[in-house]
Amino acid sequence: MISAVLALSANKLRAALTMLGVVIGVLAVTLLVSVGDGARAYLNNTLSGIGSNLLSVVPGRTETRGFGPPAQGLARPLTMDDAQALARQGTTIRGVSPMVQGGGAVRFRNRQRDTMVLGVGPAFSDLRNMHVDSGEFVREEDVTSRRRVVVLGRRVVQELFGDESPLGQPIRIAGGRFRVIGVMEPKGRSLGFDLDDLVFIPATAAMDLFGLDHISQLVTAARSKEETGAAMAEIEEVLARRRNGERSFTVQSQDDLLKTFGAITGAMTMVLLAIASISLVVGGIGIMNIMLVSVRERTREIGVRRAVGATQQDILWQFLLESVVISTIGGGVGLGLGAAIIFLVHRYAPDVPVVLSPWIAAVAFGSSFVTGVVSGVVPARRAARLDPVDALRYE
Amino acid sequence: MSDAGPLMEVSDLERSFILGEEEVRALRGVTFTIERGEYVALIGPSGSGKSTMMYQLGCLDTPSKGSYRLAGYDVGSLDDDELAGLRNRFIGFVFQSFNLLARTTAVDNVALPLRYAGVGMRERRARAREALDRVGLGHRWDHPPDRLSGGERQRVAIARAIVTKPALLLCDEPTGNLDQKVGQEIVRLFESLNSDLGVTVVIVTHDPAMARRARRNLKLVDGSLVHDGPPLEGH
Repeated sequence: MISAVLALSANKLRAALTMLGVVIGVLAVTLLVSVGDGARAYLNNTLSGIGSNLLSVVPGRTETRGFGPPAQGLARPLTMDDAQALARQGTTIRGVSPMVQGGGAVRFRNRQRDTMVLGVGPAFSDLRNMHVDSGEFVREEDVTSRRRVVVLGRRVVQELFGDESPLGQPIRIAGGRFRVIGVMEPKGRSLGFDLDDLVFIPATAAMDLFGLDHISQLVTAARSKEETGAAMAEIEEVLARRRNGERSFTVQSQDDLLKTFGAITGAMTMVLLAIASISLVVGGIGIMNIMLVSVRERTREIGVRRAVGATQQDILWQFLLESVVISTIGGGVGLGLGAAIIFLVHRYAPDVPVVLSPWIAAVAFGSSFVTGVVSGVVPARRAARLDPVDALRYE
Repeated sequence: MSDAGPLMEVSDLERSFILGEEEVRALRGVTFTIERGEYVALIGPSGSGKSTMMYQLGCLDTPSKGSYRLAGYDVGSLDDDELAGLRNRFIGFVFQSFNLLARTTAVDNVALPLRYAGVGMRERRARAREALDRVGLGHRWDHPPDRLSGGERQRVAIARAIVTKPALLLCDEPTGNLDQKVGQEIVRLFESLNSDLGVTVVIVTHDPAMARRARRNLKLVDGSLVHDGPPLEGH
């Protein structure tokens, strides 16, 4: 070990240049995997932030549960009655909210803004983790009485009211008159979508406003993570019964979504890792090259070592260790640089999701170690197999 | 193996190499015995086979035919690891070009054989310092080779050769790279090691002055032993 370090310190510039390849390789692995991991963590956070154990029911049938609505085709639509039935009969779910999606111009006096309009029920607030900051959310009687009341997202308030209090004010949504009953707390952006640029109205009012006789989807949640499967089965059963056994709808769980995203980001991380490995391979080839030169240059030294009693194995270990030391030091430097860059990113660009997780450190060290072993084997074997007499005679 | 019996027994030793299509017979049936404590010069013109003989005596190579026994061990029957162990325990090498490790202090150069003998770091250094004292270089223990003169480098190499307290000191043209005065000092050092420590000294040389200082000369010509006895006059 000591002799390996000595041999390296003997030719610092060469050792440094040799290490550079591994440094860059490990740096690439660290950064790219951090980006991949960061993306995954970001998606997980975002998806968990919108509520837990969420389930949604959309019209139409798909076998593969993916992202995006299933093809609707001739599917029988979901109705308010479906929502009420589920709320009444469900035992494994906590709360059901209909959801009607639409959009339109929201106007207060002479100011106007196009935003998304969501028709919901009172359960929506708890399910989706979106709460009012002042005033009230949509209440049950608002839904049953089809009242034209509205809860505004923070962005909409800013744009239309400025500093003025919007509570109790009349506004127009897609031409209809509504009264403001609440303001949502700020939620920020999620997956590129501004959660503050929304207005909520009772689902029934939304159906009236957009001239619909059905709802877009049902939003609900399992009571616990363990009950997710049971909850999905129960929803299927309740709704199918109302359709004479016809399953013309799809129940999606948040887990499905997480899994889909997880698979995507996992694949992305692997691709990045594969790209980064290429630079590590190049670094390894650099080490092998230098080690081969080193073995040639030190042929006499090998001869002397053999003469004074070194076995082939002693020589093999000496060179292998040297290669591993170069490579692992290079890996450590690369990891350090990567950590420093990630630190700076966190500091100066906190929005960019990069994460330095312990497994990256392990992968970086492990891969540089393996690189050292792999690229050291051929030169070390060549050194060990030199004939002592030839080695001593070598000029 | 045992202290009884001669240190080296060479009997009918042959060594041939295949060079292209041709078989080159470097040693053609050489027989001699060297007892413990002898001081022998192995001489002969270049191409006579004395280098080949030195590698045989140093257990760096094995006979094609015949046998060589070192301290009772039949060298021809040992595997590579056993040969390394034998070299480590019984032989100290001194080369013409010193062959010290660059950028390594004198004491670490001297300690090198002890590492392969499995001696611990602390004891290695202590014994290496002792060996350096013995060759008169105790005060230069922390100098790397490039800060030592030629004579000093050869002394470090000799210290490395004796640090394991070997039975045999095998020297290949040890004064070849040194001027006459320094060469004389090195020869005197061999003589004192031979008489004080009782170590067997075999010097391979084509320097007649050096050969004459030995008590016994072995002369090879064309791979055969042509003289075995006291130094030849007018050689």
